[in-house]
Amino acid sequence: MGAARRRKPKILRREGIRAARATFPLTQNHVNPARISKLKRLGLVVAGGTGSWAFGADSAQVHSIANIFKPLSAPAEAVYEISLLALLVCAGIFLVVGSLLAYAVVKFRSRPGDEGTEPPQIYGSNQLEMAWTAIPILIVFVLVLVTARTTADVQNHPLPEDSLKVRVVGHQWWWEIHYPDHGVITANELHIPVSSRDQRRPTALRLESADVIHSFWVPQLAGKTDLIPNRANDMWVEPYQTGTFLGNCAEYCGTQHAKMLLRVVVETPEEFARWIASQKAPVVQDSSAQAGRDLFFNTSCVNCHRISGTAAEGVFGPDLTRLMSRSTLAAGAASNTPENLRLWVQNPHTIKPGCLMPDMQLNPAEVEKIVAYLLTLK
Amino acid sequence: MPASSLNPAVPIPQAAAAERPSIPSILHEWVTTTDHKRLGLMYIMAGLLFFVISGCMAALIRVQLAFPNNDFLPPQMFNRMFTMHGTAMVFLVGMPIIAGLMNYLVPLMIGARDMAFPRLNAFGFWIFLFGGGLLYFSYLAAPGLSGAGSAPDVGWFAYSPLTGKAFSRGHSTDYWILSIMISGIGSIASAINVIVTVITMRCRGMTLMKMPMFVWIVLVVAYLIVIVLPPLTAAQIMLLLDRFLGAKFFDTQAGGSAVLWQHFFWIFGHPEVYVLILPGFAVATEIIPVFSRKPIFGYAVMVGASVMIGFISLGVWAHHMFTIGMSAMSNTFFATSTMLVGIPTGIKLFNWLGTMWGGKIRFKTPMLFCVAFLFQFLCAGLTGIMLAVAPFDWQLSDSYFVVAHFHYVLIGGLLFTIFGAIYYWFPKATGKLLSEKLGKWHFWVFLIGFNLTFGPLHIAGILGMPRRIYTYDVGRGWDVWNLLASIGVIFQAVGILFFVGNILWSLWKGKKAGDDPWDAWTLEWSTTSPPPPYNFEVLPEVRSRRPLWDLKHPTDPDWKYE
Ligand code: HEC
Ligand SMILES: [Cu+2]
Repeated sequence: MGAARRRKPKILRREGIRAARATFPLTQNHVNPARISKLKRLGLVVAGGTGSWAFGADSAQVHSIANIFKPLSAPAEAVYEISLLALLVCAGIFLVVGSLLAYAVVKFRSRPGDEGTEPPQIYGSNQLEMAWTAIPILIVFVLVLVTARTTADVQNHPLPEDSLKVRVVGHQWWWEIHYPDHGVITANELHIPVSSRDQRRPTALRLESADVIHSFWVPQLAGKTDLIPNRANDMWVEPYQTGTFLGNCAEYCGTQHAKMLLRVVVETPEEFARWIASQKAPVVQDSSAQAGRDLFFNTSCVNCHRISGTAAEGVFGPDLTRLMSRSTLAAGAASNTPENLRLWVQNPHTIKPGCLMPDMQLNPAEVEKIVAYLLTLK
Repeated sequence: MPASSLNPAVPIPQAAAAERPSIPSILHEWVTTTDHKRLGLMYIMAGLLFFVISGCMAALIRVQLAFPNNDFLPPQMFNRMFTMHGTAMVFLVGMPIIAGLMNYLVPLMIGARDMAFPRLNAFGFWIFLFGGGLLYFSYLAAPGLSGAGSAPDVGWFAYSPLTGKAFSRGHSTDYWILSIMISGIGSIASAINVIVTVITMRCRGMTLMKMPMFVWIVLVVAYLIVIVLPPLTAAQIMLLLDRFLGAKFFDTQAGGSAVLWQHFFWIFGHPEVYVLILPGFAVATEIIPVFSRKPIFGYAVMVGASVMIGFISLGVWAHHMFTIGMSAMSNTFFATSTMLVGIPTGIKLFNWLGTMWGGKIRFKTPMLFCVAFLFQFLCAGLTGIMLAVAPFDWQLSDSYFVVAHFHYVLIGGLLFTIFGAIYYWFPKATGKLLSEKLGKWHFWVFLIGFNLTFGPLHIAGILGMPRRIYTYDVGRGWDVWNLLASIGVIFQAVGILFFVGNILWSLWKGKKAGDDPWDAWTLEWSTTSPPPPYNFEVLPEVRSRRPLWDLKHPTDPDWKYE
């Protein structure tokens, strides 16, 4: 353990954050596409420009503070609106009842000289009981109505036929990501297009699990939905700003639940198309790493990992076909640098103790070769 | 009437007092006792012992989370710690302290000489203690005799399939199941005992609507326990069958259902929250009137509200499951039923306020704890309403906001009233008053510590921090709030030291309490402190809800107005 600690890798995101702080754009027009489409359905004309919503169109920008009160996607925005209402109602109740309590505590405290005397004995009041039963009933009534509406709005929201479909499979402790319409498989970093004012591009997520229960939570994009084995769940996101959004597995799923992080990269449609194309492009063999490639295919790496177009067809671990296109390793446990990759291949437990990839007991020369090969998987 | 003829198991104190009893004989007396007061005290002491142990675990958890990327606890040890902390705080701290209060107070308050089934009572205590010991024994023995031991690490709600053989090897989960099942037997036993005692053993004149509110509320609690523990036990038996005999109830790899466990667990688990918080209400409803010098405002409505809370709480369980992908219809149903609980709860709060209104409030330590309870429970209730709004819950569920919410319920609500109860009834149980000075230190330091710990965690949750993570990265905005929370723990710990110190000091040198130190009105204050084994020399007879008020004010008794 001691050695492991000393060699603990520099963890990612410090740099990203500074960038985010510097360029975090205030979105003046938080428009909820769900609402817009509803307005359109009602035949109302929506005023406004036709430009893209993607402000500060920099998909490298990391939205590292996942504040649920700063939604940047349609379902999160709908949740935000009702949350704000609930928060205000509760704050109001707190102010009223809290002040009454504070008043009573100050006003009715016993004073010197009160000993031996008792205040008037009052047993109750039917009018008051009626009043403080009726008011909560009214408040609950209002909250129930808005809850029913938003719940149905978000859950039964019709998505356009051509919206992007993604299948996310939870594993102890990483995310398998499929784009069935494009034949692309990747892990841990979900790429999706941004919606614009004139073109909705929501993404439909189908959530499954290969082992235990996990939960998909990227607070600025949507509320969480669980990934449950033997049961498929659906959710959707529709971001209207580009950038990288951070999230976590939000259901305790065992030892490394803490390092089951999620990154969602929201890109302009062009960037997204380019990304899909690059993922689909045939794998080029880089002959310079032939030794590492041989080693990779002769050790049991191939039993757990898949590299498209090769004999490596394992599904227990993440797909490595485009490993170097990801910015993090092992579901956000470390940034994807050659040093971290080396550490990982040498012994993954220095970075993610308890994870399900075994220490492969390779000697440094072998590690070097394998890493050289992995670095070609762009 | 001599006590021995009523209950031959109780030794007659005069005989024992003749010479100084030896330590083995004292031990023998306590181990073999069936006296509800001694069992009550043993429940409370055992609960406080487990409280200190799992409180220390909480402190270690907070050390680990004080800084990002901290290395203090390795992941698995951390996971075991929060599992043990949660399990123990609910089943080995909350439940026994509540059982202890019920046991100690119910017979005294209804003018009875003991519980209906004294030996069942003793059985309940010892089996609970055995179950509790078993849970901690897992640290030594869980993976089986050959492996090094270790405690369960599946979280206190032990979601399947994480608890299946495939994902939880060894026996730690089996220890979790068995210890909870066994201590549950104790809870059922004491709940049945309370029900029968309250129904059949009230003194003359004490109709149901003349019972002290405490007794009413714990009656509701006892019914809830009897109704909701069996589903948990059933699910645990199914899980044992899965684990040992290859049944497939929760085995998702073989077509079982992960969600089934959640339904079973929360059908128990949600009402369990009310089992834990209602006794807090019960205590507050005794203390607030006495220190406000007024009768409880709206007694009948308070009774109705307590019963309503019990009923509604049986139909809200799936609000713990808003994120499992239920239909919008089901989500709305459970959101609605959950918000409905807010109505009787609000009524209670207003009635406590009504009780204080126009009174002459004496801020002795028990009352301080109850006033803090009112404020903190108000916060807890309001964050509860937010969580009931299903879409809001999609964001907040399983985040640190939830952690903050339920600690406001269980510490801010339950623990504060338990402290209040201990300061209030300690003089009755021991004959000595607790020091007011140390009590105030305890109160203020603990109050600051508690709010400093759990206030900031709401914000961490709003910033997207999930619960049950053993570490987190810099730059997500969580650092400050976690550091504040961990600093708060120091204050809480100091507060607890004041509390323990106060108990020890007061036992040794405390002021004599007398029978009725608070000028109170219920029957327990009419007998000596501590009460004799037979409680009352002559069984009392009451005409109103405040029999001692009637005695003290013969010209203006309560029964004229009720
Ligand atoms: C027993 C199965 C298994 C074997 C064998 C195995 N891995 Fe893994 N590997 C995994 C798992 C599981 C993960 C995901 C760990 C996590 O994130 O918790 C993983 C993750 C990785 C990652 C990080 C992937 C990402 O997207 O972040 C790399 C790189 C990797 N393995 C390389 C290798 C190499 C090279 C070998 C052979 C020397 C190997 N693995 C052997 C199971 C295996
Ligand atoms: Cu997970």
